[in-house]
Amino acid sequence: MLSRTAQNLFWMGRYIERADATARLIEMGRRMAMLPGANEEWRSVALACGCAEALPEVATDSEIISYLLLDRENRSSIQSCIAQARANAKAIRTALTADMWEALNDHWRLLEALDADEAISDLPVWLDWAKQRAAAFRGAAETSLLRNEGYVFLRLGEYVERAEMTLRLLDVKYYVLLPETDVVGGGRDFHQWTSVLRATSAVRAYHHVYRGDYTPWGIAEFLVLNTTFPRSANFCYRALERHLDELAKLYGERHDCHEIVADMVGRLERCDIQTLFQTGLHEFIGDAIQVTNRLSAEISRAYHF
Amino acid sequence: MFEEMRAADGSIRPSYAQVAAWLEATGEATLRQRQSEAEALFRRLGITFSVYGEGGDPERLIPFDLIPRVFGADEWRRLSRGVQQRARALNAFLYDVYHRGEILRAGIVPESLVYQNEAYLPEMAGFDPPGRIYSHIVGVDIVRTNDTDFQVLEDNCRTPSGVSYMLENREIMMRMFPRLFAACAVDPIDEYPTLLKRTLQEVAPPACRGEPTVVLLTPGPLNSAYYEHSFLADLMGVELVESSDLFVDNGLAWMRTTRGPQRVDVIYRRIDDSYLDPLAFRPDSLLGVPGLFSVYRAGGVTLCSAPGSGIADDKAIYVFVPEMIRFYLGEQPILKNVQTWRCSLADERDHVLANLKDLVVKQVHGSGGYGMLIGPHATKKQLSEFRTKILAEPDAYIAQPTLDLSSAPTVTADGIDNRHVDFRPFCLVGKQVRLAPGGLTRVALTKGSLVVNSSQGGGVKDTWVLSE
Repeated sequence: MLSRTAQNLFWMGRYIERADATARLIEMGRRMAMLPGANEEWRSVALACGCAEALPEVATDSEIISYLLLDRENRSSIQSCIAQARANAKAIRTALTADMWEALNDHWRLLEALDADEAISDLPVWLDWAKQRAAAFRGAAETSLLRNEGYVFLRLGEYVERAEMTLRLLDVKYYVLLPETDVVGGGRDFHQWTSVLRATSAVRAYHHVYRGDYTPWGIAEFLVLNTTFPRSANFCYRALERHLDELAKLYGERHDCHEIVADMVGRLERCDIQTLFQTGLHEFIGDAIQVTNRLSAEISRAYHF
Repeated sequence: MFEEMRAADGSIRPSYAQVAAWLEATGEATLRQRQSEAEALFRRLGITFSVYGEGGDPERLIPFDLIPRVFGADEWRRLSRGVQQRARALNAFLYDVYHRGEILRAGIVPESLVYQNEAYLPEMAGFDPPGRIYSHIVGVDIVRTNDTDFQVLEDNCRTPSGVSYMLENREIMMRMFPRLFAACAVDPIDEYPTLLKRTLQEVAPPACRGEPTVVLLTPGPLNSAYYEHSFLADLMGVELVESSDLFVDNGLAWMRTTRGPQRVDVIYRRIDDSYLDPLAFRPDSLLGVPGLFSVYRAGGVTLCSAPGSGIADDKAIYVFVPEMIRFYLGEQPILKNVQTWRCSLADERDHVLANLKDLVVKQVHGSGGYGMLIGPHATKKQLSEFRTKILAEPDAYIAQPTLDLSSAPTVTADGIDNRHVDFRPFCLVGKQVRLAPGGLTRVALTKGSLVVNSSQGGGVKDTWVLSE
């Protein structure tokens, strides 16, 4: 496979995943902003999306929303992500199935025509729709794409991005989860914790696993260590390891990226949440973000893109 | 005016018997309905061509007309022989002008028209491309004006486009009207991608070992023919590469793959000469593969078509193609040329200027129907502008009579009506000369219009060759 094709698939996976995660983050921000006394919520959403620096000091909520949703200058906005994913797709039309192209093309065509004011007044509808389009794309890939190296590169991009988004969200919100804030849950704390779950669409899943007790370590454990929840960091690394192993088998060659991911999976396996809190959740998250970035760079290097 | 479907006495020509019966039975309303179904199919499949810089939707559909254009077996036999003859002569001419130049020495083609032509690449002189083939895909634009004559409007020796429409139009027709095909015995064309790949593999370079690796080199998604590039690469099962995917090393060409560098033997390039290699042709260009041309000259890779092939389809050279056929092949030309006046010659120029309102004036180097004057349809202002242009730069123009192109039944806003058509078959030249039984029929959708180019509002039709 051409390296450029692999590169486009990888980044298409990343951009679609990022658009989807951004939609979830905006949804979380919207709920938090409805609470009394909330004023910095939107900024923390922008922080989690990794695009807060470019925002002016004073920005209204609707300015921030339209920045995250439709701003073409902001490379992390949903609009930009989908436009970039489509550009990736167009450059490698033959590596995509018609179903995948149509799902992505529909998404892009509607976003192109969307007006910011209209989007903000109908925000929940648009966010649901954005999540649905991402799901339609993934579903199309799942049911129509040949299981060859192309499929693997697409999934690698998705999981790298997903791991990073979950970690970044925790990075922005980790202070909410620190034990010293564990005072008897006032309404606001409760919402803060659940907001983290909400941003990863994990509220119900968490219920199933922990039977409804919201505790900071429970939430941190769920999002970092759980092996069954598809947005937890651990789940993502395991998927990355599995897909990278497929490539190693296919090409008969292992690279640094294989070592990095195996090391991370091993670390998480040996780790429990108590240790994580003792050694510093914040430090761990910062380190994991760096490892993920290095992993992405090493995948590019190993496969020549 | 020659009508494809009806003879002068109003009777249906034998080759159109089934199509005429089908039109009669289907009726206009149903046809119009099916027409929009066909368009939806094209959109969904993404069969578009890109037009940038003109505003509007950059991804456009070429209008598709449902009523096929039909050639009888005997008509096709003659056409096919004529096209292949032309493709052989053009390649012989290319070999000659980049070697001894016998046709110039014999005084048949003026030296200045070749050596001072921008399309002539001195860098190619003395080089023998594999099989001595320069133009591997020759697109010949043909019109018909009466029962007996096919005339060639121009040759395309570089990278003629449109073959994806030949294939897709047939797919859509077969999908929509299966019973019609059952009744008509139409020769299949779906072998074309296989033939194209075989042709390209046949011209593998001397350095190639084992089965040649072919790639299709595209300028990228912004190019107007990008759909065709990806379509052909897909059907041939070869990689669609951009120049940044290629590099040269150790006298060979390579592509960057996820397994590391992989040898490339034959490059079917759909980019212009000047963007192939910045070291050889355009130092200011960021596009291209540095060093590719020298690897080509050393026999490490084959470029299809060969750089410099454009000298054979230059409109000033066109005039001499019948002579080439006699000179190189010792045969009589099967297809005629359209009478052409070269404005570079004083008495021909005088004739052109005196008869401007009856003639079609073309730029020698132009293509795509741009920069063209159609005398009978031109305003006084346009006529006087062209007069000034021709006087200022006579070498840049040729003129031809306004041909009464044949017309074929077409679904139009005013019902089924005749519209002018032309025809472009795609002849493949490898170890053998091959021609799939078909081609691209373009149709001028505006009533009375003679311009069939897709960039100027032309449409396309499926083209049928009936079995023997």
